Amino acid sequence: MEAFLHQVLSGLATGGIYASLALALVMIYQSTNHINFAQGEMAMFSTYLAWNMINAGLPYWWAFLLTVTISFAAGVVIERVIIRPVENAPVLSVITVFIALLVIFNSVAGWIYSYTIKTFPSPFPEQPLFGNRFISSHELGTIGVTLAVLVALYAFFRFTPLGLAMRAAAQNATSSRLVGIRVGWMLALGWGLAAAVGAIAGMLIAPIVYLEPNMMSGVLLYAFAAALVGGIDNPFGAVLGGFLVGVLENVVGAYVVGTELKLTVALVLIVGVLLVKPTGLFGRVFVTRV
Amino acid sequence: MLGLLVLLAAAVALPFVVSNYRVFQFNMVLVYAIVLLGLNMLTGYNGQISLGHGAFYAIGAYAAAILMDHFGWPYWATPPVAGALCFVFGFLFGLPALRLSGHYLALATFALAVAMPQILKYKRIEQWTGGVQGIVIVKPDAPFGWKLTPDQWLYLFTLAILVIMFVLGWNLLRGRVGRAITAIRDHPMAAQAMGVNLALYKSLTFGVSALYTGVAGALGAVVVQFVAPDSFTAGLSINFLIGIVIGGVASISGAVYGALFIQFVPNFADQLSKAAPWAIYGIFLLAFVYLMPTGVAGFVRLAWRRMRGAKGREEAIVPRGADS
Amino acid sequence: MALLEVENLFAGYSAQNVLREVSFSVQQGGITAILGANGAGKTTLLRAVSGMLRRQGSIRFGGEPIDRISTESIARLGVAHVPDGRGTFLDMTTEENLRIGAYSRKDRQAVAEDMDRMFEYFPRLKERRRQQAGTLSGGEQQMLAVSRALMMRPRLLLLDEPSFGLAPLVVQDIFRIMRGINAQQGVSVLLVEQNAGLALELADRAYVLETGQVVLSGTAAEVGSNESVRRAYLGF
Repeated sequence: MEAFLHQVLSGLATGGIYASLALALVMIYQSTNHINFAQGEMAMFSTYLAWNMINAGLPYWWAFLLTVTISFAAGVVIERVIIRPVENAPVLSVITVFIALLVIFNSVAGWIYSYTIKTFPSPFPEQPLFGNRFISSHELGTIGVTLAVLVALYAFFRFTPLGLAMRAAAQNATSSRLVGIRVGWMLALGWGLAAAVGAIAGMLIAPIVYLEPNMMSGVLLYAFAAALVGGIDNPFGAVLGGFLVGVLENVVGAYVVGTELKLTVALVLIVGVLLVKPTGLFGRVFVTRV
Repeated sequence: MLGLLVLLAAAVALPFVVSNYRVFQFNMVLVYAIVLLGLNMLTGYNGQISLGHGAFYAIGAYAAAILMDHFGWPYWATPPVAGALCFVFGFLFGLPALRLSGHYLALATFALAVAMPQILKYKRIEQWTGGVQGIVIVKPDAPFGWKLTPDQWLYLFTLAILVIMFVLGWNLLRGRVGRAITAIRDHPMAAQAMGVNLALYKSLTFGVSALYTGVAGALGAVVVQFVAPDSFTAGLSINFLIGIVIGGVASISGAVYGALFIQFVPNFADQLSKAAPWAIYGIFLLAFVYLMPTGVAGFVRLAWRRMRGAKGREEAIVPRGADS
Repeated sequence: MALLEVENLFAGYSAQNVLREVSFSVQQGGITAILGANGAGKTTLLRAVSGMLRRQGSIRFGGEPIDRISTESIARLGVAHVPDGRGTFLDMTTEENLRIGAYSRKDRQAVAEDMDRMFEYFPRLKERRRQQAGTLSGGEQQMLAVSRALMMRPRLLLLDEPSFGLAPLVVQDIFRIMRGINAQQGVSVLLVEQNAGLALELADRAYVLETGQVVLSGTAAEVGSNESVRRAYLGF
């Protein structure tokens, strides 16, 4: 029983990370109808930047803040410079661009930082809270940070004019232009936010899976699964999906398939959802016009 | 036609004029060309984007390895089996994939590619797959005591298979079938309204595409002389995508250009740094998408047409330019 | 003084031109109607003014050329376009739809007052202010679309077939409000309508569009008393 509880709680912690990444994916999907295959590698690269700063002596939370800011800016730039030219190109071109980004980020990270595994510090204490045996402080902290980020994003989109404009641009670009919204910049901001959220996710998972250029590929797969389970165009769904997938991964991995086939679990989830209910638990059904 | 024959003659002469290592490299070019033709059928001509063809390649490779190592089969009997096996898998994967398109299909196939190494390392099938170490294969000698090195013989063997598969593919693509599958890519609903059985064609295309990749996988396994899970990561599938984008989507000659690129550029770039090949790939990919969306094949076709004036010969299937 | 001056406009969706050599104007504080049957190019005309498609020719707004700038820049200059299909943000609430109309404005106090005014014009919207806009009826969405445009405090209002698919009472309401804001706030209006009778009642100038070209122009009275217009568009 105790072990099970630990698996569930630990699953919630990694689930929070999947939720954050899934949210980043959904944000980009909602505004552009594209799936950002490079989301994981961007997050990984951001984490390396943070590692660099911490190694240079910067205190953790300063490095954290700086990394998030730089990632935000980078996301904006990438959208404007690299994605914008293919905004209306055929799907294959767009996917190729995303794959190119994936490949570039991965290889540049390997080039600069080499492939040796590095440790990434956790800002949370070593000892578990109240000495409990179910959840480590890092895991608890992860859940906390994830929830804080999600609440902040929710508030931003729901209550601020900019958030409203971004939602409008994602839902109906034409109508948005007609009220004077600069849709292109809204897309760029969306990318910036996604990159920032990705950076946070990367920094939270690095202490667990250790920092190396390929650390995010499995995580990304789970984030995809989470986004699909929740509904690729539904932010709440993405979050719920994330926690669900996190717990499932641990439980299925511990009691059913064994930890070696964890990625296959993600694969089965992805294919399964796409087959049975492509709109996910909370997504919207779209009718194609002839 | 003349140009093709000249090319073929040059290809046949090649193994006798270059070093053994180069023969090995060009052999891999041939293998990749078969893969890329298969992938092009699916993604270029039929519009179904696959980021998971590395998985089919792996299945073909492991099929060959297991047949040779566990059952003592001769190398030349493995490609047909690998192809048939992959056809079945491809067709089966294509059936549910019917409901997916664009990004979703790319995502599902990408998931397959990422999960593949783990599946290949799975302890419960280790006795067949050799686990993390994989399986070692013995390179065959030339038959009938012919005075060829194993590499030379294998190269010619691969070349023969490539020619057969290219001719088959070309025939397929320029006839009714080819028109049907490009119609499905460009106007799926209109095609369906005109009586094209969407489900059947799409799944069959998936199957045939996988078949080609499986055959290539089997050949590749023999050429490289071993199979191991880490040879078949998502990077391989990405490599294949790079191949068709740079070579030229929806083009047969593109398969060859692409194969040359993915075989030689990494070797070239490796000298800079271990990570460099992929960075260069990425930059090339971007450059091609922005500047040359129809790939090298498209560029060659354009240059050819310009040189011959208006009388250039068109391919039976006009590829839909990536900027339409 | 013409607020909107269009000369020799050519516009279309792909290589084909839908509009050819179209010239018209909207006076400062005036209401101009564009009449024509289905397919005449009326919607294309409004989209050309808003920069939503390929266009050539001279389009001047308040004396400044706007034929090369983006849709959002044109909107920010004070042109509010109520598109065909209404362009409602279906997944947002009624109130959010109104708020988004005021996005590029800086005068918060006035925005709040304007929102109240919209609810006065259209009490039905006030009832449904927190409802998802996609659940509103056609007439209510039209009211919402017009209100959203008005929330921009525009100088020029472009209306694409406001009467389309609406009950007569609702149409009367909308037209009455149009007349009101034109008279009281000096908002100029460019109105595209299939319902010629209604349009001519409201407008002071009118143009008739047939297969992409202007075939008749004049004051609303002149156009309304033209024999062929009466026969073709007014049912006489």
